[in-house]
Amino acid sequence: MTTLTKTEGEKAPTGPDSFLSVRDLRVRFSTEDGIVKAVDGLSFDVERGKTLGIVGESGSGKSVTNLTVLGLHNPKTTTVEGEILLEGQDLVTTPEKELEKLRGNKVAMIFQDPLTALSPYYTVGRQIAEPYMKHTGASKKEARDRAIEMLTKVGIPQPKTRVDDYPHQFSGGMRQRAMIAMALVCDPDLLIADEPTTALDVTVQAQILDLLKDLQQEFGSAIIFITHDLGVISDMADDLLVMYSGRAVERGGVREVLREPRHPYTWGLLSSMPRLGGSTSQPLMPIPGSPPSLLNPPSGCPFHPRCTFKDQVSGDRCSTERPPLGEGRAAACHLTAEQKQTIFIDKIQPRLR
Amino acid sequence: MSDNLTLPAQQGSTGASTEALLKVEGLTKHFPIYGGFPIKRKVGAVQAVDNVDLTVGVGESVGLVGESGCGKSTTGRLITRLLEPTGGKIEYAGQDITHAKRKQLAPVRSEIQMIFQDPYSSLNPRQTVGTIIKSPMEVNGINPAGGREKRVRELLELVGLNPEHYNRFPHEFSGGQRQRIGVARALALNPKLIVADEPVSALDVSIQAQVVNLLQKVQEEMGIAFLFIAHDLAVVRHFSQRVAVMYLGKVVEVGDRDSIYNRPRHPYTHALLSAVPEVAMDDEPQDRERIRLYGDVPSPISPPSGCRFRTRCWKAQDKCATEEPPLVQIGGNTEGHLTACHFPEEPTVGARSEAVVMDPALKALEKDGDVSKG
Repeated sequence: MTTLTKTEGEKAPTGPDSFLSVRDLRVRFSTEDGIVKAVDGLSFDVERGKTLGIVGESGSGKSVTNLTVLGLHNPKTTTVEGEILLEGQDLVTTPEKELEKLRGNKVAMIFQDPLTALSPYYTVGRQIAEPYMKHTGASKKEARDRAIEMLTKVGIPQPKTRVDDYPHQFSGGMRQRAMIAMALVCDPDLLIADEPTTALDVTVQAQILDLLKDLQQEFGSAIIFITHDLGVISDMADDLLVMYSGRAVERGGVREVLREPRHPYTWGLLSSMPRLGGSTSQPLMPIPGSPPSLLNPPSGCPFHPRCTFKDQVSGDRCSTERPPLGEGRAAACHLTAEQKQTIFIDKIQPRLR
Repeated sequence: MSDNLTLPAQQGSTGASTEALLKVEGLTKHFPIYGGFPIKRKVGAVQAVDNVDLTVGVGESVGLVGESGCGKSTTGRLITRLLEPTGGKIEYAGQDITHAKRKQLAPVRSEIQMIFQDPYSSLNPRQTVGTIIKSPMEVNGINPAGGREKRVRELLELVGLNPEHYNRFPHEFSGGQRQRIGVARALALNPKLIVADEPVSALDVSIQAQVVNLLQKVQEEMGIAFLFIAHDLAVVRHFSQRVAVMYLGKVVEVGDRDSIYNRPRHPYTHALLSAVPEVAMDDEPQDRERIRLYGDVPSPISPPSGCRFRTRCWKAQDKCATEEPPLVQIGGNTEGHLTACHFPEEPTVGARSEAVVMDPALKALEKDGDVSKG
């Protein structure tokens, strides 16, 4: 593995505020069918108190990236290369014992499905109190009071009695609130939310998203928000990273990326999604084909087999040469800036009105 | 029997026919709950669907939206008669099929087909694609000209799959392709009505659009009526000419697409629409109302009295608890736009002077925020 050169790795700007910075991260799983390149040369930064949205389809590596940040992958079958710097500390090389002190304390996670992420065996209160006791050394009584306080904050009715309930006694929305309470109990600096509202109904989703935003203002945590829903991202994120096949294909401020996307994949995502304010007379423009297998990803640009605009690039660069992702606001595509501008204005923008 | 069921050719999607293909009146489904020891007795009922009226015209596409547990899937299954209704009436092309026996249903079954949500569990893994698509024809004893295999190949081509894949098994296909197989199976008998139960919600965004476009093509070109059940309001809006909004087993509002999405009257429809996250395409602050309900949908085992939405409604008054609002056309609504509410909202989705926030935690946080900002 060490023979791999890292020349392809892109350097994103390391701002003074960058609190978490991931550099050229590569995650591979060995499976019976071969090696899965789940994340392949990914770099990004998260600033303090800001929200980074990561959007991509299933299998694009967005969840794996964040499990790796927390060190929650299976070390036996996983190879991790690159750097994950949390305030200068490299989490890739940090021993498990040290990581344990970070998890739930400095870095916390909200999972997609609260029913499977909460233990059915313990009361909700105990599950919220546990990380608090572990990390702050608080007594059982203090931790219980803290759990009640957190439940109040996330809007669970009658928190004093509900604290002794088991997860199955909570409704879906309340379970997700309890998960948020659990994640925030130690006042983490970084919160990773992996599709936190995908399993919820739309009216409950709206409540939870607003709650997360308001709590972020109060706690000042940085959030990495993973989702496949561009609408949710538009609502939540400050910066946006679009992932495809284990790589970042576009990066920038959320408004810039959604209003003036520069990568054919982002164009595809935006124009294949029906919107409430959109036109209903013209058909949606789907992305042809289906996402690639990570066992054997396409050569060059991973999106080239599905890309409608690859014939505008001279030669076979799309299938041979991996386009680099530049610094700051950037898209990993061989099309020139003018070509992208023309295509976007002529073909894509009219569909988004 | 099939003679009087032949229907005129469809003239495109916009011309919603007035002729009703499917008429549902007072449809009710209560699932009994048994309890007690040692003899189990009926101790209650899940009132999954309660008194639902719905019409689907010939070649028309009707959307059914609502949150999980509101009874939209049960309604679909009742209409396809996969479930036995507790009460009410289902009329298909003039015949009453509410409690029709297996034999009586046989000719109707071939005209009402279903597309299921999960393309992984709705296809038999031990059968080839050819067998799966062929089986409806075998069951109904239909022998198309040129043989069944030729028809299957045509269908595969129609839904955008390679006819050569006739002998492959479902696991060799991706999720989107599997859903196409489900569509091909539903089309095998030239149905007049397809009940599509969340046909795209298990698929990735980029694949969703492929399947939505396919269904739209099928609907327009073959003039098939659709009952499109989904929780995604944007997808329903794209696909349906008329939309019914369900809440806790009841239809609370029904109307054409424009009425429901631009001039909704029921507070729940307002809340649903305002909760949909939208990609902001411009810098201007969004000109949409903000309504945040509190809590989840109540249990259908003991739904609230009167109006079922009243426990989460910001306009609820005493009348709402005692009197159930009828589904009627209220003043200011266009023809066919029915709302079940005593105190309807203004017919607009524009931003209100003050956001409706029912959630006490949100309210508290936002109040603190305002104080600190000010």
